[in-house]
Parts: sequence; C-alpha cells; structure tokens
Amino acid sequence: MSDIQLVDAPAGVEGAGFFATSLDKVIGIARSNSLWPLPFATSCCGIEFMATMGSHYDLARFGAERMSFSPRQADLLMVMGTISKKMGPVLRQVYLQMAEPRWVMAVGACASSGGIFDTYSVLQGIDEVIPVDVYVPGCPPRPEGILEGFIQIQKLVQTESLRRRNEPKYQKLLASYGIQ
Amino acid sequence: MGKITNEELLNKINDKFPGQLTVIGEPFGLLTLETGREQIIDILTYLKNDPTLQFIFLTDITAIHYPEAEKQIVVIYHLHSLVNNVRIRLKVFLNIDDVHIPTATVLWDGANWMERETYDFFGVLFDGHPDLRRILNVDDMMVFPMRKEHPLEDPNRVDKKDYFFGR
Repeated sequence: MSDIQLVDAPAGVEGAGFFATSLDKVIGIARSNSLWPLPFATSCCGIEFMATMGSHYDLARFGAERMSFSPRQADLLMVMGTISKKMGPVLRQVYLQMAEPRWVMAVGACASSGGIFDTYSVLQGIDEVIPVDVYVPGCPPRPEGILEGFIQIQKLVQTESLRRRNEPKYQKLLASYGIQ
Repeated sequence: MGKITNEELLNKINDKFPGQLTVIGEPFGLLTLETGREQIIDILTYLKNDPTLQFIFLTDITAIHYPEAEKQIVVIYHLHSLVNNVRIRLKVFLNIDDVHIPTATVLWDGANWMERETYDFFGVLFDGHPDLRRILNVDDMMVFPMRKEHPLEDPNRVDKKDYFFGR
C-alpha cells in the first residue's frame, strides 16, 4: 500500500459521532483540491505546462486531474504564453464564459507583462483585459514554478470567504474591467 | 545564374517603356528599377505576359517608409521568372499625402492579401482592390504601425519605466 496523503481536517468541534466546522472551510478545502484548470496555452510556456501535466511533475497530484477544455466547467484559467492584441478579446470571452467562482493564473513573462514583446501588437500583460490572481514569473517558468503558482491559487481558494465574490471590492474590480 | 542577364532584361524593358524607368542598382545581382504609379501596372503586365521574360510569380508586395525623403512611402514589387530563374524588383515612390496606387490584383489573385498587409502596416491605398481592409492587426487600430512616426514600443508598458532602473 502506498502512503495516501489526506487533507487535514479544518479546525472545528469534534465529539462522539459528529464534527462541526464552518461551511466556508469545508467548501474551501473541497474547491482547492478539485480545481478544474482551463489551459490557455499559446506558446513556449504551454510546452512547460505539458511537462507539468505529464507523469514526471504530475499536476494531478494537486487535484487538478481534469483539464477542462470548456470554460463553462472550468474553475481556473491558466494563461500560458504571448497574448497578442488580436487575441485579447478571445481571452476575455473565455473568461466571461467561466462561471463564478473563477480564478486566473498568468504563467510566464509574456502573460504577466508582455515579456520581451514590447511592441504595438502584443498585449502588455493579460491584466489589461481580465483580472489576475497569481502571476508566475519566468521565461518560461519551470514546471516547479507552475506548480508553486498552482499551490498559491489553492491557498487563495482555501482562505477565500464564500461571500468574497459578492463583496463590493470584488464587484468594483470586475467593474474596472467592464465586466458585469 | 539565370538564362537572362540583367543587362538583357533592362534593355528589353527600356525598349518597351523608354524613359519611364530608372535603375536604382543591382544589389546581390537583383536588378532594381524605379517607376511611377501611372505605368506600374503596364510594366507588371508586360513582365508577366512577355513570352520570353515570363515573370509569372509575384513573390511579394511590400512598402518602406523613409521619413526624411521627399517621397516618403515606397511600394516594392518582387517578381520571379521561374522559367528563366531571374528575379526583378520594382519600386514606386509615393508622397505621404497621396498614397494611392493601382492594384495588382488584376494580374495576380495572390496580390490581394499582400496589398491588404501593405495597407495594414503602411496605409498604402491600392485603388481597385476588391477588399482593402486590415488583415493582421486588430480591426480597431487607428494607425499604420510600420510608419516611422509610431513608436515600436507599446505605451501601456509599465515595467520598463526609468525609475525601476535608477535612471
């Protein structure tokens, strides 16, 4: 038998035959360990992501076994690679099609800031069109870097309150991107 | 080398269009001629249809911007005679206020996208083109980005500001 690692139970009240904790924590644990990523790979960072998904680095260990190639069922949008200005509306459309709660990870220099492509035809970071939760630096980042970014997303998902997405701050953020 | 030398080629064109072309040079053995937009289509037609020359292949249409020159925009045609293994380059100099030139789609269907690209990046207006709109850049782009007055860098870039580097 292999040593199967289970997630630690959240803080709560335990007694004979019952365990009480807050719904936030349970849902946070459930969500963070079954994130369905949507890989939006346009260039070399996408190749590193393929290694990340492969058996050697194995993103599936973190509960992200199921890649969602439809934005409708995806929780996490992973943007990997150069996004040209012509691609910007496409990326935005994909983000709009995702259901709440949704998270976005910008992998690599190009998705984060435009990278070496400081030019009129390339989007200078995807945060010009959609809000980003985690940036992964590197050109391209190693699979370990992408995994670290994914773990940061998991932490975010775990600690986020269930109501966060209804907060005025979050609504304001989305409104600043002209969403909703 | 090709079956026709540049000298023979030049003589043939000069016989047909006397005084309408000037030789710019022969860099890398590529005969380069300058002409005006009034006769460019006639010259292209002649080069394509002449039974000995047979420049049937339009390699490229592009443009260049010389901001200091009197005629700033130059449209460039590259032709290739596959039978003779000879290439030729034709240049048409245009004033930046009047960038009209007749379309070459009447001769080659392949000129369609080349002219759209040249319009997209340099704003050259090809009169008679069936569908002259942007092809590579975003549709709502307001400028012609390969013209020299436009900076190559994107103004939205934030991480290359001087204060990040102590300048």
